[in-house]
Amino acid sequence: MTSDAELGLRDRLAKLSGVSLLRGTRLSAELERLQRQLERLKEDTSDEAIWERVELARHQERPYTLDYVERMLDDFFELHGDRGRMDDHAIVAGIGKLDGRTIALIGHQKGRDLKERTNRNFGMAYPEGYRKAMRVMELANRHGFPLVTLVDTPGAYPGVAAEQHGQGGAIAHSQAEMIRLGIPTVSAVIGEGGSGGAIAIAVADRVLMQENAIYSVISPEGCAAILWRDASQAKKAASAFRLDAAHCLALGVIDGIVPEPVGGAQADVELAAVLLRESVVSHLRELDGIAPDKLRRARRAKFRAMGVFT
Amino acid sequence: MAQMSATDKIDVSIEHKQATLDDGTAKKHPNTCPGCGSHYRDDELQAHLRVCPQCGHHFPVRSGERIAQLVDPGSFSEEDAALRSSDPLGFFDLKPYTERLAEAEVSTGLGDAMITGTARIEDLPCRLAVMDFSFMGGSMGSVVGEKFARACEHSVSDGRPIVSISSSGGARMQEGILALMQLPKTISALEELQDARGVMLSVLAHPTTGGLLASFASLGDVLVAEPGALMSFAGPRVVAQTTREKLPDDFGLAESNLRFGHIDRIVPRPELRSVLAQLLRLFGAVR
Repeated sequence: MTSDAELGLRDRLAKLSGVSLLRGTRLSAELERLQRQLERLKEDTSDEAIWERVELARHQERPYTLDYVERMLDDFFELHGDRGRMDDHAIVAGIGKLDGRTIALIGHQKGRDLKERTNRNFGMAYPEGYRKAMRVMELANRHGFPLVTLVDTPGAYPGVAAEQHGQGGAIAHSQAEMIRLGIPTVSAVIGEGGSGGAIAIAVADRVLMQENAIYSVISPEGCAAILWRDASQAKKAASAFRLDAAHCLALGVIDGIVPEPVGGAQADVELAAVLLRESVVSHLRELDGIAPDKLRRARRAKFRAMGVFT
Repeated sequence: MAQMSATDKIDVSIEHKQATLDDGTAKKHPNTCPGCGSHYRDDELQAHLRVCPQCGHHFPVRSGERIAQLVDPGSFSEEDAALRSSDPLGFFDLKPYTERLAEAEVSTGLGDAMITGTARIEDLPCRLAVMDFSFMGGSMGSVVGEKFARACEHSVSDGRPIVSISSSGGARMQEGILALMQLPKTISALEELQDARGVMLSVLAHPTTGGLLASFASLGDVLVAEPGALMSFAGPRVVAQTTREKLPDDFGLAESNLRFGHIDRIVPRPELRSVLAQLLRLFGAVR
């Protein structure tokens, strides 16, 4: 398993060194660090090390979707509303220019101060958010715009109205929509990849995770409350889950790890955005020119193969 | 506190125990109706399809009994029965996952939480995918996902409509992120089936929550639910704790889902066989 992760990291390393390193010397410093990470990978999976990532993934200064949009895209035009009921502020969507061409972008959005957090509902979407995502996916598909999604949610919102408006069905349909798309799709988990709320917009040709992002079936606290009957066991749950990027790569759930600046993405947002942009662009370039039907078939086959059994 | 004697402690613990006994809701006999309190012998309940003759409460049905209720006698033939979960994470909570799996297999006699196979309903060929809540809460891990995906693939090649009967608490936490990946996996396989104009009828039994509702169970051509079945993405306790809202009495129940337009019909268990036969005839997917 570890050797698979190593292979993946080596692969990323190779890709990153292939990327034009014209943005200053700091990127090559990143390369060096990534190399060190490769060595670290074998030993650094203690409960503490994994919990550190959980804390970084939830860091209140961590860049959110719109921070990246601002730095990665030119000419961004935000699209609002699901065309049915409302505009869910926990998911932002829009079109903009990346690497010289128009792409569609969908991402969860958290807030930084109390007012904005409430407005964004802490990044927890209602079904209307996923319906907005679906209509933008459909728009992208119609016009042949590649789709980039940024995942950062504790989970879909568990509320009475959310259930009444069909939360489960919306998440199911959103995944089905992504599986059907005939355009290149890249998803990146940029913070918390929380369960159904995350997978709803993460069924992509390439799924990436930032180095300190987490991706899990339930929050560590939720899992601890159910399995250990004690929410304070979250640390244990987090390491039992292997929700960090290296383990997700080893399990074949993601296709690559996006390096972060030393100390985490919040330590240098500009550099974090450069690194994320380079990764997304290089994956989109690889997917360029593949026929819609082939993309669709490969995507289905990839997700169809997930799981371990005897 | 320092003055408290040992006898004080003993008294408290006895009171505490009696209090939970009097509460009475914690451990009712499984054959006592939670709706009206009537009690039944197991064979009585079985003869009534596990529906309370007094108040109509639908008791849970194990997968084997469910299949017997629905299909023509002797027509069921199980497929992919040998699939077993492995333990990709080396998961250990209070017990190792492998031990939980072994215990579940011994106590239920099942390989995992879903049985799939071909059958006939009123002489109409179909393929069943029946979940069993008694196997680790009907949770969906790699094996449940694989069985459903293979059922879709078998149906692409032989044209039999799929009847799925879900009863599940959601994704199997012990398989971590791979359990979450069973959502897009089952949906991918279902998409293949739907591209091939295959038919999927989804029956939602109590409870269908979490990952099940957020994947194939919501994507059938027709969705029907049993009366009183809980079908919500987040369970009532989670919603109450997170939002501190007072939940409506029918929160997440089939009746509420029908009202909000998420399912096509509520079908009482005694009618389920004939309703499925009607749908199989209407879709006309007999080859």
